[in-house]
Parts: sequence; structure tokens; C-alpha cells
Amino acid sequence: MATESLVLPEVATRRAIRRADNQRSTRLLLGSSTTARTLAMLALVLMTVVWLLPFVWAIITSFKTETDAASAATLWPASGWSLQAYINVLTKGDLPVWMLNSVITAVLVTVITLVVSAMAGYAFSRTMFRGRRIAFAITVASIMVPGQILIVPLFQQMLTFRMVDTYAGIILPQVVAPVMVFILKKFFDAIPQELLDAARVDGAGPWRTFSTIVVPLSKSILVAVAIFTFISAWNNFLWPFIVVSDSSLMTIPVGIATVTETYGLQYARTMASALLAALPLLVVFMLFQRQIVRGVATTGLGGQ
Amino acid sequence: MSATTSDATAATPSSAPSAGRKDLRRSLRDAERRAEQLHSGRSGYWFILPFAVVFLVFLVWPIIYGIWMSLTDRTLIGTSPGFVGLANFIEAFGDAQVWQTLWQTVLFTLGSTIPLILVAMVMALLVFTGLPGQWLWRFAFFASFLLPVAVVTQIWAWMYQPDLGLFNTWLGALGIDPVGWLTDPNWAMIAIIAATVWWTVGFNFLLYLAALQAIPEHLYEAAAIDGAGAWRRLFSITIPQLGRTTWLVLALQLLASLKVFDQIYLLTAGGPNGSTRSILLYIYDTGFVNYRLGYASAISYIFFALIVILSLTRFFGGRKEA
Repeated sequence: MATESLVLPEVATRRAIRRADNQRSTRLLLGSSTTARTLAMLALVLMTVVWLLPFVWAIITSFKTETDAASAATLWPASGWSLQAYINVLTKGDLPVWMLNSVITAVLVTVITLVVSAMAGYAFSRTMFRGRRIAFAITVASIMVPGQILIVPLFQQMLTFRMVDTYAGIILPQVVAPVMVFILKKFFDAIPQELLDAARVDGAGPWRTFSTIVVPLSKSILVAVAIFTFISAWNNFLWPFIVVSDSSLMTIPVGIATVTETYGLQYARTMASALLAALPLLVVFMLFQRQIVRGVATTGLGGQ
Repeated sequence: MSATTSDATAATPSSAPSAGRKDLRRSLRDAERRAEQLHSGRSGYWFILPFAVVFLVFLVWPIIYGIWMSLTDRTLIGTSPGFVGLANFIEAFGDAQVWQTLWQTVLFTLGSTIPLILVAMVMALLVFTGLPGQWLWRFAFFASFLLPVAVVTQIWAWMYQPDLGLFNTWLGALGIDPVGWLTDPNWAMIAIIAATVWWTVGFNFLLYLAALQAIPEHLYEAAAIDGAGAWRRLFSITIPQLGRTTWLVLALQLLASLKVFDQIYLLTAGGPNGSTRSILLYIYDTGFVNYRLGYASAISYIFFALIVILSLTRFFGGRKEA
């Protein structure tokens, strides 16, 4: 209760500010003419319909019976709505296993990337080890290397390490994120040195300074990095596709793409799997919309 | 990870005034040295160690190993690769497939980048007008970016379906003959580009939205006082102010589009008749279908060199602009 009463007025003010901002930008960009406003609104609605249409089409198909889905392309199901596709997908087949694999690998990729990159970012930003500058230059230069061109030697390496068809094989090559190190280093650079010195004077070692001062101060950027790492790990197709051939180890994108072909022409079932695979990220987006929007702004523009 | 240069003097932060007076500079240097003493010691190595390990093992080593592979005739099955020198590279430059897939990659890149910039900008401008329903617009334009590529291709393959698909049904209702969206060489690349724009425009849209929010308001207020109309404000203030973002989006988009693989592989696998095959698909086919790992590595590095050259031009171009 106490926290609610503290939070609610803040939310209300923020909303009021946002509403005022919106009104101002409406006035400034569109002017006060009703025609301009109406035209803009129409364009907006039209584009939204176009962009949501594939979703709607997929959702409706997933609730059709297989015969309806395969017999006619009319939007509405002829013989009523059906949950059969979802039941089939969740009880028969590997979809739940792939979902679990995706959760395990994406979470581990995110956690390891975050820890490794934050520590490296701190080292580059706030410690003076020998070779720091050249190591940082190499890290930044490596941002240019497109991971896709490394699939051939990486696969060979996985064969040598016996990591083909293992979680480690899926996860480890994905945790190297020089761009995240760069973004975090730039953020850490902006933390006032006095804060760290104060902690130092109080007897905190570098580990304590890092974990009790730097990390809490950087929560916003750490969340942004975590969200983006999670999204790209969840959606990564090429690498898991190459390193895994065992269906019980596949992540969702790989499983759907390679195994559903064997379902043949089961459209309702295919659409149901596709939507279930997309669901977790849509939920993440709804929960973290603000952080994602801000993250794109800071990380996307921070790199220029 | 060690260097011969001494960082004690080299690590002067760029924020130090270059034209400052001597004593100021000396006191700054003293402060630096103090801070350095506070944070010196070997802790930096421990902090960098985990990253250094994964970086060396999973990035640097494959790069070096790949160069070695590109100089051999290694296959996936063969045990002892023979050193062939630059033969793979010479073969690649004379390989019509390399040039064709590279050209198709460029076509895809141009065809996707232009709409991905224009559509994103229009979306952001419309949303930024502050019309009611903000949450819905943002969700509609960004949500597809969150979908795994396999989901995107399933949905679009279903809509492109020749007999049952949404598009051909609508065309049929208008009395137009069905189009082989993914099977007609004239349409396949366009169909892939359309799906790609739908899928990825959301990221650029958010970049533009953030940039719009950063435009100083007094510019509009001044223009409004001067009596500039809505179009005038759009073309004289808003779009010029988005210039930096447009360059950024252009650069990011070019580099991303050149690396196209997933959606093409899943929608057409490069067909019909190889008309949508991108260079990465050719690398994949060469390495993992035909098992010519050495040759696939060589093509990879030629492609990599092109990307590096492009990035460097962008880097120098960006310097000039800034």
C-alpha cells in the first residue's frame, strides 16, 4: 500500500506530461487543421491494418480446423472455431521441448553475455591494466566482423570440441558480444569518478566497487542490453540450425523451420506453432515496452 | 592481451582540454595519476579475463582458423586437408556463381533498404503527431520485429501460397490471374523483400521515433511564429533534423541487408532457378551441402573484405560529416 501511494502520483504526472507532450507535438507538426489531422489518422489506421493483417490472418488460421484451413482462403472459418491445432501442437510433437530449449539457451546466453560484457566494460572504463587501449581497439574493430562468415570455421571448431548437438555448442559462440562491451563501457565512462573514489576510500575493493556502485547505477543500460541479447538469442536461426541436428535439442525457430515441413499441409497446426513461438517475446515487449524503446534509442544511437 | 606501450601516459582521457594552461594540465595529470593509483593493480586483468577467453576462443580463433581453411582443399569428410595456396581465391574470382549471388545480394540490399528507410520514417512521423492510440501504433509497427524468422516465413509462405494464399485469393476476387509469388523468378525477390520490410521496419521506426523526440521544440515554435505551414515545417525542420539518424539507419541497414540469409533460405532456399540466392546462401551451400569447406571459407573472406571496405567508407564518410 505504501509503495502504491508513492508510485501512483508519479505515474499520473508522467501520464499528464506525456499527454501534454503529445498535444504539443500534434499542434507543432500538424497545425490545427482538422483535415490534416484526419488524413494523418487515416494513414495511420491504414498502415496499422496492413501491419497487423499477417498476425490476424495467422491467428484466425490457427483456430480453424485443418479442413477449413486447407479448403478455402476465406477469412472466417466455415465450420466454426477450433482449438484442435493448439492441442495437437502442445501434446504431440516436439514444440514444448523446443520451447524449453529456447528458454534455457536464451536465458543462459543473456546471463553469460551480461556478466562477461559488464566486467569487460568496467575493466576498459575504470581500470588501468597494461594493454588496455590496444585491447579495447581490437574489441571495437571486431564489431565489424559479421558472425555469419564464421559459420564454417566455427562448425569445424565445434566438431573438434565435440560440442555439435550440445547446449554448450549453441550457447558459447553467442556470448561474444563486443558491441555490448562497447555500449556498457561508454555508459560506465559517464559515472562520476568521485563516487568510485569514495567507495575506494571507504575500503571497498574493485569487486565491491563494481558490484555495489557501478552495477546498481547502470541498471537501465543493463536491462536494455539484457532485453536485446535475449531477443536476438531467442530469434537466432542460423547458428543453432547449423550446430544442432538432433530434434530434441532444437530451439523453437530451428524446430519450426526444419521439422514442420514434415507435417505436410497442416496449415492450422503450422500457424499455431508459429504463434506459440512468438508469444513469449510479445509478452516481453508488453512488459518492457518503455525499456525497449529507450534501449533502441540509447544503444542504436550510442554506437554512432 | 598485453602491449608494449605504456598506458600510464597514453591513457589521458580525451576530455582533457588540449589548449589548457601548463599548470592546469599538470594538475589534471596529477589527478589522473592519483585515480590511477586508486584503481591500479591487476584487478583489470581479472575483470577482462572472461571476455578475453570467449573472445579469443570463439571469435579470434575461428577468424584465423578460417583463413587457414581457405588455403586448403578441406572437405567435411576428408581427414587430411591439402594446402592449395590461393587456388580457392583464384577459383572464386572466376566463379560465375559468386558474381551472380553477389549481384543478387546487392539487389536485395538496395530493394530492401530504400523502403525500410522511407516506411520507417513515415511511420515515425505519423506516430509522433501525438494522435490518440499511441500504444497501439507502436505495438503494430514494432511487434513483427520481435518474431523469430521462422515464424515470419511460415506466416508469409502461407499468405503467398499459390492456391489458398491470401494474396492470390484477393487477386482472384479482382479477376486477376494468380501470381507465383515464391515460384516465379520475376516475383520471388520482391516477395522476399516485402516480407523483410514487414518484419524488420519496426527497429528503424523506433530509431526515428527517438530522433523525433530529440528535435528541439523551439525550432517549431520559431517556425510557427514565422507562419511556416505544416509541410514547410516537415521539409525545412523535421526531415533535415533527422539527417544524422537517416545516415545511421542507412549504414546499419546496408550492413544488415548484405548479410541476408535466414528469410531467403526459409522462403525459397535460393530458388526458383537460383534467382533469390544471396552470397551467404552460396557459402552455406558450398560448405554444408557440397562439403567444400575450404572453398566456402575463401568466399566468406572475399565477402568479409567487401563488408570491411564498405564499413570503412562509412566510417570515413561519417567522420567528414561530423
